[in-house]
Amino acid sequence: MGAFLLRRIVNYLVLITLATCLGYLLAASSLSPREYFAQRQPPPPVASVNATLNQLNLNDKTPLEDRFAHWAKGVVTGDLGKTIDDTSVSAEMGRRMGVTLRLVLFGTISGALVGVALGFISAIRQYRPSDHTITFLSFLVLSTPVFLLAVLLKIGTVKINQAAGTTLLPYTGETTAGLAGGWFRHLVDRGQHLVVPTLSLMLGQAALFSRYQRSAMLDVLGADYIRTARATGMRRGPALVKHGLRTALIPMATLFAYQMGMLLTGVTFTEKIFGWHGMGEWFVDSIGRQDVNAVAAMVLFTAVLILIAGLLSDIAHALLDPRVRD
Amino acid sequence: MTAEELVLAQEESAMTAPEPVTLGRGRIVLRRFLRRKLAVAGLVILVLMFALAFIGPYLSSWNYKDQDYNNFLTGPSATHWFGTTQIGSDVYAQTMRGLQKSLIIGLLAAVLSTGVAGIVGATAGYFGGWTDRVLMWFVDLLLVLPSFLILAITSPLFHGRTWLLFVILLAAFNWMVTARMVRGLARSLREREFVTAAEVMGVHPLRIITRHLLPNMASLLIIDATLNVGGTIIAETSLSYFGFGVQPPDVSLGTIIADGTDSALNYPWLFYPAGVLLILTVMAVAFVGDGLRDAMDDAAGTASSTSTPGDAA
Repeated sequence: MGAFLLRRIVNYLVLITLATCLGYLLAASSLSPREYFAQRQPPPPVASVNATLNQLNLNDKTPLEDRFAHWAKGVVTGDLGKTIDDTSVSAEMGRRMGVTLRLVLFGTISGALVGVALGFISAIRQYRPSDHTITFLSFLVLSTPVFLLAVLLKIGTVKINQAAGTTLLPYTGETTAGLAGGWFRHLVDRGQHLVVPTLSLMLGQAALFSRYQRSAMLDVLGADYIRTARATGMRRGPALVKHGLRTALIPMATLFAYQMGMLLTGVTFTEKIFGWHGMGEWFVDSIGRQDVNAVAAMVLFTAVLILIAGLLSDIAHALLDPRVRD
Repeated sequence: MTAEELVLAQEESAMTAPEPVTLGRGRIVLRRFLRRKLAVAGLVILVLMFALAFIGPYLSSWNYKDQDYNNFLTGPSATHWFGTTQIGSDVYAQTMRGLQKSLIIGLLAAVLSTGVAGIVGATAGYFGGWTDRVLMWFVDLLLVLPSFLILAITSPLFHGRTWLLFVILLAAFNWMVTARMVRGLARSLREREFVTAAEVMGVHPLRIITRHLLPNMASLLIIDATLNVGGTIIAETSLSYFGFGVQPPDVSLGTIIADGTDSALNYPWLFYPAGVLLILTVMAVAFVGDGLRDAMDDAAGTASSTSTPGDAA
């Protein structure tokens, strides 16, 4: 299994490098930092714009390959360059990464767990009202883009808060500004802020996982080994969980890696709509500011996360399916 | 890698259905499709949406660009069916125009991306060797970068140009998963007798791909294109929500929802019509796609359905 994982990791490192380079080249050729400075009031002289652009390695008059070489040299040594406002990209990324990771982590884990549970219930009670309800709701959620879902959740939260007459669930930012009290109070506050944004990511995940889990479970239900287990006197519930669920979970490991890209797309909407200052918000704002280096940093972040998810799914796959461990 | 095993599973299920092309096939598929209530409901909704999008604008005297200086932020009324916006635009006219735009963009991009997927996948699968390796490696790379990121980064390129460019880009980064599926299918079809016969007769490889391989995957491609429409509509509206897609003065359901977001609580008519139409459309597409899959799948009776309307976004 060690060699198997090592091979995967090398493969992933190559992909991360290529993806990030591609991201930088795309950003450098489609964004125009010059415009960002030229649009300032009063318009700065061309010479000073050029000087600033040169200093930031953003001058479109420098050949693309030179800019790329300069940027790549920095990245190799751990320096992701400067933002368009002359601050360090790495430092900003360090501040924002945790915010996004928190959302992604809670969103994926809760979404996968709820989705697997719903899919399991749906499959073992096929064509019952519960199955129809879960199926319909998952279709409804999957047909709702994240931005719409997040806004609807926000409206719902406001209504709930109004009905309760107090702020039961906060829905902007990650903490209450100027909150007094001990660490426990802060922890509870952060937890409260996390609920609604996480929900906006979790629902889509749960819906997706429940669809796949349902069909994987249905394929397993009629399998011979379940019948064999039942024939040995095992009751239906334990047989389904012990022998059925484990097998049906294997495709979910793959889905887990596959949906990471979707989740990271979704997180940009969640952050923008709920006012979280994470990587997604930064990405969207950076495109508006023609900030090439910051955009490339987001591409790097995304590629790394997707491939970590890929690696985790490889490991989960190997743990669940002995045939993979060669 | 990421989607590989998932796709493999789909490849297998697709391989079990080598379609025997008989005369009555169209009718059999139609009859099977009509038996599915949800699929028929989806089709009806979809037809209604198209009717609404293309006939709807003529029912009201307002154009989506018009401004009514006597009515700012008024609620639904006889003159303005869905009310008006902050600058006096008619929400009904805007929503109809937005629906039209989102439907056309979604449909075109989906068909285009399935077309690209068919050609790339079939070429890779048929030729094998280096062609295959290079193409699939490119597919892997694009799977690591979510298409949303790439499209958002490249969005300045089509600002101020025709929206068709947006459609092309939308399709250009959406074909990879299907291409893998097609490739697997092409690899198995390559071994079949009719392909060998064509090769022996000296038929040009490109002609074999277009005349023998692709027609044999028609049902897969049709189903995929249908399900893709939902995905591309979500992708388009998501990009437009951030201003990376359809540019003003034109509107799409995404831009309308973005404009209405902040006032959704106090002025719900700015937000809900576009939101409801968007959800209904994507859901209808998913039901139709699912129904088509069940109807065209000769190994019917497998109750499994794993449709994912949200794939692209």
